[in-house]
Amino acid sequence: MIPELGHFSLVLAGSLSLFAAVIGLSNTRNSMLQRSVVSMTVGQFALALLSFSALVWSFATDDFSVAYVANNSNSLMPWYYKVSATWGGHEGSFLLWILIMSGWMLALTLRGHQYPTSFFTKVLGIMALLNLGFICFSLFTSNPFIRLIPMTPIDGADLNPLLQDFGLIVHPPLLYMGYVGLAVPFAFAVAGLLEEQVDSAWARWSRTWTNMAWAFLTAGITLGSWWAYYELGWGGWWFWDPVENASFMPWLAATALVHSLSVTEKRGTFKSWTLLLAITGFSFSLLGAFIVRSGVLTSVHSFAVDPERGMYILIFLALVVGGSLTLYALRAGQNSTQVAYNFLSREFFMLINNLILIVALAVVLWGTMAPIGYEAITGGRISIGTPFFNKFFVPLGLVLAIALAILPLLNWKRTRVEALRPAVFSLLVATVFTVFIWFVLDPTSVVVAAAVGLGTWVVLSHGVDLFKRLRKGTTLPMAYIGMTLAHLGFSVCIIGIAITATQSEESDVRMAPQDSVMLAQQQVTFLGVVEVQGPNYSAQQGVFLVEPESSGSYELRAEKRRYFAGNNVMTEAGIQAGVLADTYISLGEPLTNGAWAVRLHYKPLVRWVWLGALLMAFGGFVAIFDRRYTSLRVRDAKSTKTAAEALTQT
Amino acid sequence: MSRASLFVPLGIFISILALGYVGFSLDARDQLPSALLNKPFPEFSATSLLQPEVKITKADLLGRPVLVNVWATWCPTCKSEHEQLMRIAAETNVLMVGIDYKDIPQRALQWLEQYGDPYDYVLDDRDGSLGIELGVYGAPETFLLNAAGEVVYKRVGDINSRIWVNELLPRFQALKIEVRGQSAGSADG
Repeated sequence: MIPELGHFSLVLAGSLSLFAAVIGLSNTRNSMLQRSVVSMTVGQFALALLSFSALVWSFATDDFSVAYVANNSNSLMPWYYKVSATWGGHEGSFLLWILIMSGWMLALTLRGHQYPTSFFTKVLGIMALLNLGFICFSLFTSNPFIRLIPMTPIDGADLNPLLQDFGLIVHPPLLYMGYVGLAVPFAFAVAGLLEEQVDSAWARWSRTWTNMAWAFLTAGITLGSWWAYYELGWGGWWFWDPVENASFMPWLAATALVHSLSVTEKRGTFKSWTLLLAITGFSFSLLGAFIVRSGVLTSVHSFAVDPERGMYILIFLALVVGGSLTLYALRAGQNSTQVAYNFLSREFFMLINNLILIVALAVVLWGTMAPIGYEAITGGRISIGTPFFNKFFVPLGLVLAIALAILPLLNWKRTRVEALRPAVFSLLVATVFTVFIWFVLDPTSVVVAAAVGLGTWVVLSHGVDLFKRLRKGTTLPMAYIGMTLAHLGFSVCIIGIAITATQSEESDVRMAPQDSVMLAQQQVTFLGVVEVQGPNYSAQQGVFLVEPESSGSYELRAEKRRYFAGNNVMTEAGIQAGVLADTYISLGEPLTNGAWAVRLHYKPLVRWVWLGALLMAFGGFVAIFDRRYTSLRVRDAKSTKTAAEALTQT
Repeated sequence: MSRASLFVPLGIFISILALGYVGFSLDARDQLPSALLNKPFPEFSATSLLQPEVKITKADLLGRPVLVNVWATWCPTCKSEHEQLMRIAAETNVLMVGIDYKDIPQRALQWLEQYGDPYDYVLDDRDGSLGIELGVYGAPETFLLNAAGEVVYKRVGDINSRIWVNELLPRFQALKIEVRGQSAGSADG
């Protein structure tokens, strides 16, 4: 009964989005109809929530007559994994996607009074149309409510053990918030094109949403990377796997969009470019969904491979992206404004930033799609691995850091050369610091020196700017604080990446009980293996004693788990996390005479990678609360147009 | 910016889409590319699950068409395809060979007792070594061999009524396997 209720709610939500899309895009000026779109949006959210709750309920009550529950849950699982198993498989995660989409639409309606009504109705109409596509996809190709009657299994098949983890509880919802959130700037861009209103005011409306979606995406990707690090047992944190790339591509586009929007808002220029990025960002979200769900690329993540689904997404992608890019080609050229700017100006450096991000995007796209192209042409298979990506990303990241270090000192339009003095000063300090680090830590690679030097330079030059502003006694806008935090996060991140990529120590050894090995000035002793029982698995737990030279010793436990239901074996690494370094032990295969194959890692600054990324995400969230965005009160299109024109003329 | 350049993104998108379509149709063959396709089935020697003292080799599979099905009790999809396999066993004279992949023999025997045994031979592959020979991605997987022991078809995923009607039945007919009764062909659509 409950699953049918959920199914029915989803159908109703789909019907409401159909009506909302038709009315929203119909150019109506009838205010009652326009208001009805808002009500339908709210109703659609309520129905999507009901539908999702019904599925959660089916999981919580172990209703194995529902096929999706039977395939992804098991009565032995702890309750929190039962609930999170709701989005552990394809069908349920898509329902979550729909719920989140409806949630963003609901959030839009809360801010609806800030935008001109006809523009806002269009935005909702576009979002409703997209959501209709998602709901149809769910209903026709991946319905989570299908029953197994009369052949109801006694127990479920269990959730993939890789996914039975805290990381999975939070990673997909956050990532989807980001993916789907990019639909908002997309809808703003398309509505802007339809209404022929793309100006500074438009950019200001879009920025809040873009920042929010970007921050969620950043946090989601970070969590995914952290999850892969401790759950896969390989000690790495980024694998250039197609599914990781699928989330990284929209992130690169969205990062470019965040910056380009600021130029469009402040200077009224870069309009076509901003529009294109807004469309691109969401297109890559959809492309990511296609890559993950169609099985076009094999990957550890592609749990559900089904050609029907892939075809549906491909057609949907063609309509949505093809349609919006055609609209863009026809309309974007209109009312373009030429604003002159100098080489030493914020505009120019934003252009550099965007150029780098787009090149990076092209590299990832190439690396992800080339294997398909190669197979299509020659029939063979190739794989593009880490060296390809590193070759491009190392120089791109470093050049980006240079631009970032100079940026705070630049004005819009033009900057006098003398104004760059603090940059030179902070560069000198950063160089001295780097040379010092070089002597103390003796890093072998030039790239490390460059990353540390540039990272420090970015921190210093932002610090100098912050200091100057504080001395002037002006209150700092939230957007400025957010930007500074995000930029600091970037430095922390690249320093972490450079150090952990080059200074890590790793050894695969055979260890019998009471054997000791040295790992980065720590003595690691294998004490033996004990049997432990989990709720739905049994495990062999290797116990290790780690004794650093300096401070106190500690114990690390690495597990090899065997899950009852699927008979899957999983490794659970033992990790001693630290701000300066992680010690990471994972248990391999048992060898003869009670010995085990053991993998030991010492990873300096690996936490900085995620801390930096989280700092970026946090900066994005902080920037949302800027007064410029929260106190928008614009009722009709006319006044915004004049306000925008006034802005662009300054 | 000239008007024409605004069409560039659309052009790029269409080429990516075309690539996606081609790549997709490559993988949408319902069968992951198998190195074994149109090649002889590898030589093997495995223990029979039902009679552990009996060894079964490739020689036992020659001389007539064979449907080799890789399954396990831990695999829920195997359970869903089981009924279709039972029908095929009942209504055709193909030699059916099951490979019990990475499984616990007691559970497998219990399963065959409970749901029926469609197989003429069941091979015990508890360590998965035969699976490696066959390039098995995961259960269930099904291979169709001709009388000369060559792989003519491979399916990754379950054998459902759609696959039976569209993929297997025509190949059965091409291999001149006798198909009696209608229910196997028309079972729930």
